[in-house]
Order: sequence, then C-alpha cells, then structure tokens
Amino acid sequence: MRFCVCIKQVPDVQANVQTGRMVLNAYDASAVEEALVLSEAHGGEVDLVLVGADAAKETVRKALAMGASAATHFVTDAQTDSHAVSEMLASHFADHSYDVILTGKQSQDTDSGLAGGMLAERLGLVYASNAVGLSIDGDLLVVTRQGDSGQEIIALPTPCLVTCSNDMNDPRIPSLKGIMAAKKKAIAAVPLASVPDSRLTVHAVRPPAPREPGMKLDGEASELGTELVRRLQEESGVL
Amino acid sequence: MGSVLVVAAVQDGRIKRSTLEVLSRSRDVAASLGVPCEAVIMHPDGARFAGDLHAYGASTVHVVAHPIFANHLNTPVLAALEQVISDRKPRLVVAASTEAIKDVLGSLAVRCDAAVLADVASFEADGQTVTAERPVMAAKMLAQTSTNHGRVLVSVRSGSYEASEGAVSGTVVDVPFSFDDTSLRQTLRDIVRTTGDTVDLSEARVVVAAGRGVRDAEGKKLVDELAATLGAAIGASRAVVETGLFPATAQIGQTGKVVSPELYFAIGISGAIQHVAGMSNSRVIVAINKDGDAPIFDYATYGLVGDLFKIMPPLIEELKKAVAS
Repeated sequence: MRFCVCIKQVPDVQANVQTGRMVLNAYDASAVEEALVLSEAHGGEVDLVLVGADAAKETVRKALAMGASAATHFVTDAQTDSHAVSEMLASHFADHSYDVILTGKQSQDTDSGLAGGMLAERLGLVYASNAVGLSIDGDLLVVTRQGDSGQEIIALPTPCLVTCSNDMNDPRIPSLKGIMAAKKKAIAAVPLASVPDSRLTVHAVRPPAPREPGMKLDGEASELGTELVRRLQEESGVL
Repeated sequence: MGSVLVVAAVQDGRIKRSTLEVLSRSRDVAASLGVPCEAVIMHPDGARFAGDLHAYGASTVHVVAHPIFANHLNTPVLAALEQVISDRKPRLVVAASTEAIKDVLGSLAVRCDAAVLADVASFEADGQTVTAERPVMAAKMLAQTSTNHGRVLVSVRSGSYEASEGAVSGTVVDVPFSFDDTSLRQTLRDIVRTTGDTVDLSEARVVVAAGRGVRDAEGKKLVDELAATLGAAIGASRAVVETGLFPATAQIGQTGKVVSPELYFAIGISGAIQHVAGMSNSRVIVAINKDGDAPIFDYATYGLVGDLFKIMPPLIEELKKAVAS
C-alpha cells in the first residue's frame, strides 16, 4: 500500500521551561512509525507532506531518517488554522494519490484535532480518528480506535484517512544510516505566495490562573490518613 | 439570526452530565443573543431523553431515532447532523468534547461551512463574534480565540460549566432519517468494552488516578479499594497504562480523558505536563508520592510525601470510617 503521512513541526511542549525548541509533532511521529511498520510488512512506500516555515525542513529530515521515502514541503511563514492547512493539503492530494493518508490526531501545540477530519471531508474519503492500532486485512485497513467507552474496531476500504494517537507505538529513533540516507532523499519545496484564509483569530495566549498554593502534610504514614481526612472534611468540604 | 443547537450524548441510559453542562451554558448564551436554544439527539430510542433536555433549557428537541446510533460510527452521525444543521441553520452548534464528537467535528465543519472552536474551556457570543478560551501547549496556556464566521461549531471540555436546571416547555420533533449499510462505507467489527468501568471517568465527582508508583497488582488493589470506598472512578497516567496494569480507557491527560472532579487523588503520579493537562482543573487535588520534588506537588491541594504502600492502608481505613458516619 502507498502511504502518505501529513506531518507538522511544533514547539516541544514536554519541556517545563519554554525552550523554543521545535520538534516533529509526537502524534505525527506515531503516524510515520505505523506507516513504516505496515509498509515493511506488506510492501509499499511512505511519503510525507507538510505545511510550515523553511526551518521545518529539519523536521522533514528527521521523518525521512526514520525511513520515509520522499517529502513535499509547502513553505510559508503564515500562521494558519486547521481550516487553511487542510485546504492546502487537499490541493496536494488532488494530484497525488495514495491508498492510506495518515495524520496525527492533533497537534501537540494547539490540540485542536481538526485537520485530519477536514482533509478527509475535502477529499471525500472515509476516515477513522484517534487510532491506537492499525493492521491490513486483504484490501481493508483495520483500525482500532479509542472511543468513549472502549476500543472500536473498524474496517475501512482504501483509499482512506486515519488520524493516529501516540498510544499506537513508540516511534523509532533514526539510525545513523537512516540519517545519512535522508540527506540524499528528495524534499520538494513548494513556496507559497499566499495561503487560504483562516477562520480563527488568536488574540492572546496567557498562562491560566494559578492554583491556590497547596500544603504538604508531614508525619508518620499512619497519621497522614487521619490528618488528610480531617482536612478534606473540615477545610475542603469534599467528604 | 439562527438558533443555538446543542448535540446531546447518552451514556449508560442517561444524558451525559457533560451534555447538561453544555446545555446549561448554551441556554444562557442563546438568551443573551435572543435566539432559541435547541437540542439534537441521535439515539435508537432518543425521544425518551427529550424531557431531560427540556429540563435543562432546550425548547425544541430534534430526535434522530435510528438503530444505527446504538454504537458510534462517524458516517451516520455526520449525515444526521448535516441534515439537522441544513434544516435548522443554527448560528452555533455546541457539544461536549467527547471522543465521538472529536471524531466528527472537523469533517462536519467542512460539510456545513462552519468555523470550529474545539475543546474550549469557555465560550461567549455576541451578534457578530464567537470568542472562546482554549487550553493549548498541553494546557500550560490559554489562547483567547475568536471567529466572525456565520456558523460556528464549539466543543466544550467536560467540567467547564455547572449543569443547572432551567426548565422550558418544549416540543419534540421526529427527524425523518434513513440510512443504509451502503452509505456506511465502513464496518464496525467489534467493540472491546472495558470491564469495571462502573463509574464514568469524565463524569465522576471523585477520581482516583494511578501512576507508575502504583507498580504492581498489590498497588492496584489499594487504588481499587480507595476508589470503591469513595464510589470514585479510576484513572491512570499514560506510563501505568503502558504497563498493562490499567486499561487505555482510564488514561487521563493530553491524549486521554480530561477530568475536573471535586476531588482527585494522584497516587504515585509524578505529574508530567501531559498528565496535568487532563486534571489540573480538579477542585481539590490530593497527591501521594515518595519523591517530594515531584511536579505533581505544585498542583496538589494536599501533598503527602511518602511510600504509598504505607500511607494508603490507614488512609483507606480512615476514609471508610468517614464515609460510614
């Protein structure tokens, strides 16, 4: 099967102090890993596509070093929302056909989780979201998705689109050989003079109101329980 | 101007609390805009929930009753919502941010030419603009985000608003809906339900959540016993879900469920930012961890530093006494 994974470069949110370090979106990394595993087992190739600033090529190289074959990079510095990004990605797929399109289920910076479903709708593809497992059964892609009260196992015909959870796998760390090979792989950089209109405007980004400072309870293990229960009853009124 | 339309969700035979929260808020927003607040429910036996939706402020309840809605599949949900939205032309469509809603929101927005404010902590609307506060960067930041688009879909994090009754007399509209297997374009092969999900995590008043410090079956037994004592739902960090000790449905955090109970116990949880993103709005947080420098103590109302295997047995006994009295 031919796979294309839509990836994004995002700030590293793992760091407790904002470092400004940019990384491959963790959910997209799982999507790349899953596409590689399936193509290694069943044959096929894995391509990449992304929209982002010129500096995002570093992230593209990383995904290529994991084992993807080739990448298309729509280069723009513009701030774009899911609506605009999905429109640009849809134009790419208008003349590139794949059996399976994978995306991360959300970006770890904005956590909207919209671009995958928007892209599927624009392409008229059947899709599944929040996948925690993927397998191939004949002509069908079998998706295990995490639903509200359990895991739903859904068989999709191809072509289709699936958005991936990071609970799906542990993405491989590129090997030295992979990193060297990636340097020779093709990245088609497509400069964008303009981007589609976004529908959302972000006005201000600020930290949430801090929690009231708490307290640490000291003492013997046997006494801590008594002390905590008293405070839960008398101070907090939650018991 | 169009109405405010709330998409209702049912679980375990009743309207989800998160739907009632969203409906309570939407009723107020609709009143301030001077437009009706309506609801849509997609369920094989949807009409029987209409009374509950009237009680929380939905004047008209659109019932899409079809057996296909016994289990979640995105194609029929999209078809039904598209039909109701194109018929009613609401200005705002609001829903609790469940996995079922997350599954359809992006696709629905394109289909209905709408802007989307996803997974918001609060929202408001005036004649022109819909504004929301969205947790971003693993909930470390809040982004004030707005749109002037003519139609807006909003999904709201559970626990963002209080569910409060505001009864209106209303009508029930049966939506004619036909759907056949050929339109499904997919097959639901199986649903692996998690056993022991007796208390729904995202709706629970008390949550007992386990982290890597819980370690083994003995630790899990303590977590189960504490939860049983308080009638609490059981949650887990990603790290301990990966060990297989707790099911994936229990996962709380950026990738799992978002909870905001009255009382949250973090048992052996270090407090990685991805976990905190899913629980930091809990009213009272109790943390038990042997590492006094663990980041979870920055969020804890009450921090108990020590060995959970020593602290929990007497704590459970004390709680049993407190609950009994």
